[in-house]
Amino acid sequence: MVVSIIAALLMQQVPEENVDWDKEFGVEERVRDPETGEFPVDPYTQSNDNAGAKPFSSDSLAREFGEQEGIRRIADRLVEVSKEDPRISEIFVSHDMVRLKRTLFEQFCYILNAGCDYTGRDMKTAHTDMGLRKADLNALVENLQFVMREQGIAFAAQNRLLSKLAPMSYDLIER
Amino acid sequence: MTVIWKTAATLGALTFSAAAQAEDFAWFEGDKLVLTNGVSTIEGASGGGLASWATIAGRELENGVGISGHATIVELSDYGWQSHGVSVGIANRVELSYARQNFDTRDVGAALRIGKGYKLNQDVYSAKVRLFGDLVYGDPLVPQVSVGVQHKRNLDGPIAALVGAGSDEGTDYTLSATKLFLSHSVLASATVRLTNANQNGLLGFGNASGKGKSVEFEGSLAYQLSRRFVLGAEYRTKPDNLGLGEEDWFDLFAAYAVTDNVTVTGAYVDLGSIATFENQRGTFLSAQIAF
Repeated sequence: MVVSIIAALLMQQVPEENVDWDKEFGVEERVRDPETGEFPVDPYTQSNDNAGAKPFSSDSLAREFGEQEGIRRIADRLVEVSKEDPRISEIFVSHDMVRLKRTLFEQFCYILNAGCDYTGRDMKTAHTDMGLRKADLNALVENLQFVMREQGIAFAAQNRLLSKLAPMSYDLIER
Repeated sequence: MTVIWKTAATLGALTFSAAAQAEDFAWFEGDKLVLTNGVSTIEGASGGGLASWATIAGRELENGVGISGHATIVELSDYGWQSHGVSVGIANRVELSYARQNFDTRDVGAALRIGKGYKLNQDVYSAKVRLFGDLVYGDPLVPQVSVGVQHKRNLDGPIAALVGAGSDEGTDYTLSATKLFLSHSVLASATVRLTNANQNGLLGFGNASGKGKSVEFEGSLAYQLSRRFVLGAEYRTKPDNLGLGEEDWFDLFAAYAVTDNVTVTGAYVDLGSIATFENQRGTFLSAQIAF
């Protein structure tokens, strides 16, 4: 018995070298766009309506958030902090962080009336099949609050941004 | 009465089993945003302190079970109040709570000839069910709405009878709507309560001539200074079934979440006239621990 197993093991062929296993198994390689650094996505219609909220009519909140520069810091930090948050880090695995940072920045910038257009997908499509629960949303809200606090944004101003995001919740939650 | 308890118990069991079937069932995980479970009211149900809210106790969400415990003291001009209790929240849908209230009559006890320092005691068993809506998420104009039932058993029936109450036990029904208006950092809550409780039930229920229940109102308005710190005011109307000049309640409160699990609430309360002793004002202090 043992001898036959050893014999079978010895008789195995060594796999050929230089085999493209991705090709053998039909795995398509994703290539980042050299200019944007993002992975390509399926085509969709771009519209500011995809941002999921009407922007503030005044630009006072944009100033409180430090204009585009400050908003970009908040979007970047939110992604970084959430990626390291054991409660929700799994959700970010296999997602394009470069694209997420950009679209999140655009969304916040558009909503805060800081002079951006939102070019990402709508909230429902962007969160399809993520299996998000309210607990995940709460973790994200806590991280956003942490990051805004870190950037010295006044609490009332923090809440005003959240007031635009909170109504989107039911487009994100799937279970 | 029994029908309601059976319904609440069945609903609790159903919600519990549904939640328990979820693969990621969470015991005391603390998934709620800080303070969104409210604090414990004097009747044990979650809310603002004196007023009930549509919140569900415990820090659980749809896939879990939460729990909270509290202790409260109130120092009034002529009386002392102590209460404590425990609440269980199931799937952010059903809240079951128990509270014990101990009301020290101090010198008034001697004046009323029931004995100096005589304590009036009451047990309150409550159930609350969230019907729809979310305190924070969803349509900003759709509040979280809950119905509740509070069964109160006064443990000093003879005293209640002495002051003219018709019964030593009674059941209140509540309908609450609560919403955090993020754009203004303001939490607003309104509750209508069907009740015949005299001084919350500590002086019994109804009167000798069979006075029925009346619709009373309780409202809270609070401003969020930070994630952890809230300032607010509450108002609660009450019936005057005994003709002792029972008055509405009012308070100004500050609630602070020392940690995600511990909340302390301090308030200035004006409970008006109690058993003909007027201007019962003082300090309310409450601590809650929740998971």
